[in-house]
Amino acid sequence: MLKPESEEQLAEMVRSANGPLSVRGGGTRHVPGDGEALTTSGLTGITLYEPGALTLVARAGTPMAVVEKALAKEGQRLPFEPMDHRALLGTKGTPTIGGAVAMNVSGPRRVQAGACRDSLIGVRFVDGEGTVIKNGGRVMKNVTGYDLVKLVAGARGSLGVLSEVSFKVLPSAATSVSLLIEGLDVTRAVACMSMALASPYEVNGAAHVPVGLDGTPVTMIRIEGLEGSVTYRAAKLQALLSSFGTVVVERRSGREGGLGVEAGWAWIRDVKAFEGTDGDVWRVSARPSHAPDIVARAGAEAALLDWGGGLVWLRLPEGTDLRARLGDFGGHATRVRGTGPGALPPEPDALATLTSGIRARFDPRGLFNPMTGV
Amino acid sequence: MEMPNVDPFTIAKKDRLITRLLQVLPDDAVIHEPEETRAYECDALTAYRCPPLAVVLPRTTDEVAAVLKICHDMEIPVVPRGSGTSLAGGALPTADSVILGVARMTDVLEVDYDDRIIRLQTGRTNLSVTGAVEADGFFYAPDPSSQLACAIAGNIGMNSGGAHCLKYGVTTNNLLGVTMVLMDGTVVEVGGAHMDAGGLDLLGVICGSEGQLGVVTEATLRILPKPEGARPVLMAFDDNETAGACVADIIKAGVLPVAIEFMDRPVIRATEAFAHAGYPDAEALLIVEVEGSEDEIDEQLEVIEKIARTHNPVELRRSTSSDESARIWLGRKSAFGAMGQINDYMCLDGTIPVSELPRILRGIGDLSAKYGLDVGNVFHAGDGNMHPLILFDANKPGDLELCENMGADILKLCVEVGGCLTGEHGVGVEKRELMGHQFNEGDMEAQLRVKDVFDPKWLLNPAKVFPLSVTESRRV
Repeated sequence: MLKPESEEQLAEMVRSANGPLSVRGGGTRHVPGDGEALTTSGLTGITLYEPGALTLVARAGTPMAVVEKALAKEGQRLPFEPMDHRALLGTKGTPTIGGAVAMNVSGPRRVQAGACRDSLIGVRFVDGEGTVIKNGGRVMKNVTGYDLVKLVAGARGSLGVLSEVSFKVLPSAATSVSLLIEGLDVTRAVACMSMALASPYEVNGAAHVPVGLDGTPVTMIRIEGLEGSVTYRAAKLQALLSSFGTVVVERRSGREGGLGVEAGWAWIRDVKAFEGTDGDVWRVSARPSHAPDIVARAGAEAALLDWGGGLVWLRLPEGTDLRARLGDFGGHATRVRGTGPGALPPEPDALATLTSGIRARFDPRGLFNPMTGV
Repeated sequence: MEMPNVDPFTIAKKDRLITRLLQVLPDDAVIHEPEETRAYECDALTAYRCPPLAVVLPRTTDEVAAVLKICHDMEIPVVPRGSGTSLAGGALPTADSVILGVARMTDVLEVDYDDRIIRLQTGRTNLSVTGAVEADGFFYAPDPSSQLACAIAGNIGMNSGGAHCLKYGVTTNNLLGVTMVLMDGTVVEVGGAHMDAGGLDLLGVICGSEGQLGVVTEATLRILPKPEGARPVLMAFDDNETAGACVADIIKAGVLPVAIEFMDRPVIRATEAFAHAGYPDAEALLIVEVEGSEDEIDEQLEVIEKIARTHNPVELRRSTSSDESARIWLGRKSAFGAMGQINDYMCLDGTIPVSELPRILRGIGDLSAKYGLDVGNVFHAGDGNMHPLILFDANKPGDLELCENMGADILKLCVEVGGCLTGEHGVGVEKRELMGHQFNEGDMEAQLRVKDVFDPKWLLNPAKVFPLSVTESRRV
């Protein structure tokens, strides 16, 4: 396995590659293609962290845990709450910051704080000709030239190998609470989450578990901030959502039989409900209000809703053609686990032409990961 | 400033072009008489003017597609235009180009409060997006200071920011989807009302591409519930370093203000003389605003004021009413007008790491002495987005050039300390030739490749963003 220890080495390895490379970070996700393995896990270290400027720069192979620990020491965090795929995919390995960027991995806080690509303010990467390219930088407002930062985020390693990534970070919350409502069907749950998200009470998590740990459906709303503010907003939301049922306020410690606030949202973030199960797992990105219809049409064995319904996780029997079941719904469905039809959604012709044109120019020799992977 | 040589063959095609345009557009949508095209000879960078060959003002995506197809066939450059408020010359025409203005495309196509989105035609002004939803308690977050006039099309082209982006992000963070027409007339839908891309994030590179990749005719934007209230605290300090250190400490403390605005002594004095906002005569002044209910605001301001006190402010004034808030904001909001009363000015918008604030302010002071031009600084301190205002006299021969040279030196300094040339205005023609200070050849080549894919003939806004020498071989 190729394991560059510096950006120069990485560029040299790409330049001298004779055939496809299978690029990976810490190996927590399956990388498609059968080229020679190249890992960024030798490119580690936080190169700059300025808490007073809310800025962190790290080499792409830096373990996520190292980044999160450094941030926590200063009372800060990555705003986008990156998912750890290991439980869902049954993989081992070490999640890296570059891997999160390559997949644009974003958790429940997406609804308020944006996706990984929204916090990403700079990248350095090596393109298919072995040229080091930088874009963006270390400041959070930057419109100098084209925004290749966003293009590279979520490109699944198809445009280049990331060597360094820069982020806008945010202060951690002093207090987090969950509001829990039991017994809602998917339609009512989405209506409840929409009402919460449309309120001025700064909801930054809205998820629905059709079958909770005790078998009962549970809808979860999260608010964070200073103690007094959280207490105030929790009471306001309790009143606002009372028509949906009893609203239980869960503090850090957690209610009896529950996971507690932090672990509860990590359970949502990592789709732990599907851990150790069989079958294919799909991730559907759609308008929140379409979620009930999507769940109904999918006929899945299990479902989980995040982002107020904008993100629907589905577990289906192996090989199910989910896209055929859903038809055209304006969003897209990606197969994250299993063996069913093409993992990534097909694009309309005009977009596919643009996408393949860009890929051909960044990777003219076709070295990098095909845009098909999980 | 240099612009590409005008192609006489293109000029000679004018009559045929107008005939063809009138076949696909109503008469009132095609402007070609010289006395009329002059209205489009510049944008808000008024130092540079050039009437275009013709102007088209279509009303639908189909009309835009028809226009672009004709110009593509005839190989005539097209300069897209929103409301023409660019400070960077993003909509500056060349004599052989067609201005494609979206100003007549202002319809709201859909509002959905459950999904918290609005879909609209992009000629709509920024403020009127909020106007369409505020009665129902929502707003559109990016708020460039030209928001009364600037169009969403231009906001998308330049990835515009505003005073409140520390909390809410800039245009790209609030844009979910676009309908865009490529130069050859192909209409593409990118993104939609969902929250992420299924394949490559083309939307991410379209936003901020300064009208060089396509003409965005419709957009889906994220709208947000309006906060219950907002109130600022004003704080003044004896020196810029202390004010800068205070900004860093506030950010570190775990409360995220919605805005942190910074003004230096020249701007404080100018605004006092102009607007009488009651500002103290100090070296540096901060306005820090937070949002929430009355009690939530006080809770956050307690934390912020406690930090400020450790930096020995010469004044600390918390607003307790909407009247006091308006007074605190009055000076800041009239800062540009106040500086304009003194003389002509050039507004830069380089961004720097917040920690470099004292160093950059000293550097700007040194350059001011060197060039003999006064500078005032007013900017978004939370995110390091500077707005040095260089005063000059447009009627004095040589002053504009002197001012431009000084501006270039300030921007180079921004890049030197780890920042960038432009934080929210865009490169346009204004900063085009400075790009080589921020990017090397490979960095720029990577960007040019993207345009090669979207616009292989390089007909869309071709003389912008990149140094002319870098794009010469690609342009027609």
